[in-house]
Amino acid sequence: MEIPDLSAHQISQMIRKRELSAVEVLEATLERVRAIDGRPGSLDSPERKAEDEQAVHAFITLTDERAREQAQAIDEKVSRGENPGTLAGVPFTVKDIFCVKGTPSTAASRILANFISPYTATPVERMEAAGGIMLGKVNLDEFTYGSSNESSAFQPSPRNPWDLSRVPGGSSGGSASAVASGQGALSIGTDTAGSIRQPAAFCGVVGLKPTYGRVSRYGLIAFGSSLDCPGPIGRDVRDTALMLNIIAGEDVRDNTAVTVDVPDYTIDLEKSIKGMRIGLSPDYFRITYFDAESGRLDEEKIDGEIESTVLSAAGYLAEMGADIVEGVEMPHTKYGIPVYFVISRVESASNLHRYDGVKYGYRTTEPVDDLHEMYRKTRGQAFGTQPKLRILMGMYVSAAQYSEQYYNRALKVRTRIRNDFDSVFDPRGKYKLDALLTPTTPSTAFPMGDVYGDSVIMQYADQLTVPANHAGIPGLSIPAGFDSSGLPIGVQLLGPDFSEGRLLRIGRAYEMATESSEWRKQKPPVLTHK
Amino acid sequence: MANGISPELFDHLVKLAALELDAEEAKYLLSELNKQLKSIDELEAIPIKEDEPITSHGVPYSDVIRAPIREDEWVSCPNPEEILAQAPDTNDDYIVVPDIPHTDLE
Repeated sequence: MEIPDLSAHQISQMIRKRELSAVEVLEATLERVRAIDGRPGSLDSPERKAEDEQAVHAFITLTDERAREQAQAIDEKVSRGENPGTLAGVPFTVKDIFCVKGTPSTAASRILANFISPYTATPVERMEAAGGIMLGKVNLDEFTYGSSNESSAFQPSPRNPWDLSRVPGGSSGGSASAVASGQGALSIGTDTAGSIRQPAAFCGVVGLKPTYGRVSRYGLIAFGSSLDCPGPIGRDVRDTALMLNIIAGEDVRDNTAVTVDVPDYTIDLEKSIKGMRIGLSPDYFRITYFDAESGRLDEEKIDGEIESTVLSAAGYLAEMGADIVEGVEMPHTKYGIPVYFVISRVESASNLHRYDGVKYGYRTTEPVDDLHEMYRKTRGQAFGTQPKLRILMGMYVSAAQYSEQYYNRALKVRTRIRNDFDSVFDPRGKYKLDALLTPTTPSTAFPMGDVYGDSVIMQYADQLTVPANHAGIPGLSIPAGFDSSGLPIGVQLLGPDFSEGRLLRIGRAYEMATESSEWRKQKPPVLTHK
Repeated sequence: MANGISPELFDHLVKLAALELDAEEAKYLLSELNKQLKSIDELEAIPIKEDEPITSHGVPYSDVIRAPIREDEWVSCPNPEEILAQAPDTNDDYIVVPDIPHTDLE
């Protein structure tokens, strides 16, 4: 195995044992970036060339010099016999929606393209304090608004390492494609409707959306403040647990980061799952979507190969001792997207008002008569289509004359979605579940250009992930094989508030049950063609 | 339901949102908004009780897990110059903006 493909826990152990140096790991990983990532995303990038179609394009900004200094510091600590930290020398990437002091922190938007952050986000600060080495900032949908990364103002946008003609998913697409292709063992993503879990599923890696409030949002450029969750992306469950250990916990700078104790998520990973009740819900094996042509809501079964993968995963978990409970009713699942269309738009409109060309970021270069014209030109020129759509929709559905019909109604339906979860996880309820097992996505990675431009269809890619954001509960996506086109399939585990440890344990049980499966030997083709 | 967003209402929203749009972009945005609205209309079909509680975020935020509000104490910013350096136009320690039009309060 090549160094960049080692897991985070292997790297940190080998560095402590002096079998590898942090500088060696870093240089091997930077070499991987040079070999497969192609040119980084940039504003006004020159026209796409044929060679761009053969690269991953995960990065916006590579911070290699900063990383070299950090790697040297780790090696010095090791040679002095000091504790270099749990993540000693582990290269990781950061979704460019987090502020990191002294680096461009762009949100993949023209409006922040020239913004150099004067401070560092808490989750990044904690990764670095634990000895992690930040390789750089990776691409995403503009302000995280999308499920494919194609909306980034920094082009070329990332591609899927398993098939470079397909999207990596989004919005943490740069994060998932980087981890899948050995450009850092870990990445920090964010999940507002599925933005960690959907790209993790598309790229064949592990992604965890923690419980709302489990991880501090300080330094995260805000989208939907009641939904946003920073979380880990890794290549296996143990790495994901290790990273959650580090980033979780209260923070004096974010009052919504809760005071619940952070257990060591790695300790019980391999404890038996015997007797755990894991539910399957028919409401997660179909999607309901709005068809613009007929004007009706249509219902469709999810991709058959994904369905059979989830059922087979249930079989493996049963073999490991879990009780599988079928026919679990989650009747409000289908309202997740319409509710999201309202709530997330109101919150994003509110969060986007701060970009005004005054304090930081882009200001129009055209002559203007007054402040208001400066605002209009600045925002009109520097926001892409998605932010504009979200501002306008958010203002409409929260306007005084419409808010009862839209915003308040959506908040009430959100209660129903939460109640669905409360009742199936209730230890005195009908199902008494420990977790739900569902598909992560209704389809595998779609071709670039296929969905982009249709904001409604794109949103429905999140139908199976968004209910967890409304409810605040944790969700874990783990790789579970490939479809007949060779594209990764992800399965999702959902549990009650703060049950991350349990979900990781079930995920690890699945990994152990499938350890010798043929599909686990596959590597992304981009690694063999390089 | 409402009949969707009319071009007049759209222009009003664009003004409130402080966005300058070209005609083609405006046309696309309006059509996408109305498509999204049709999807949202599904919410109308759900029978909601008068006193149905709202959820503003999913996890109940009890005092047990809520961090205490920190003391309201002045803490100096270690690097004001780095913050000011981000402003598009400054003069000494001031941020410069174009003329602010005079508005009479009603």
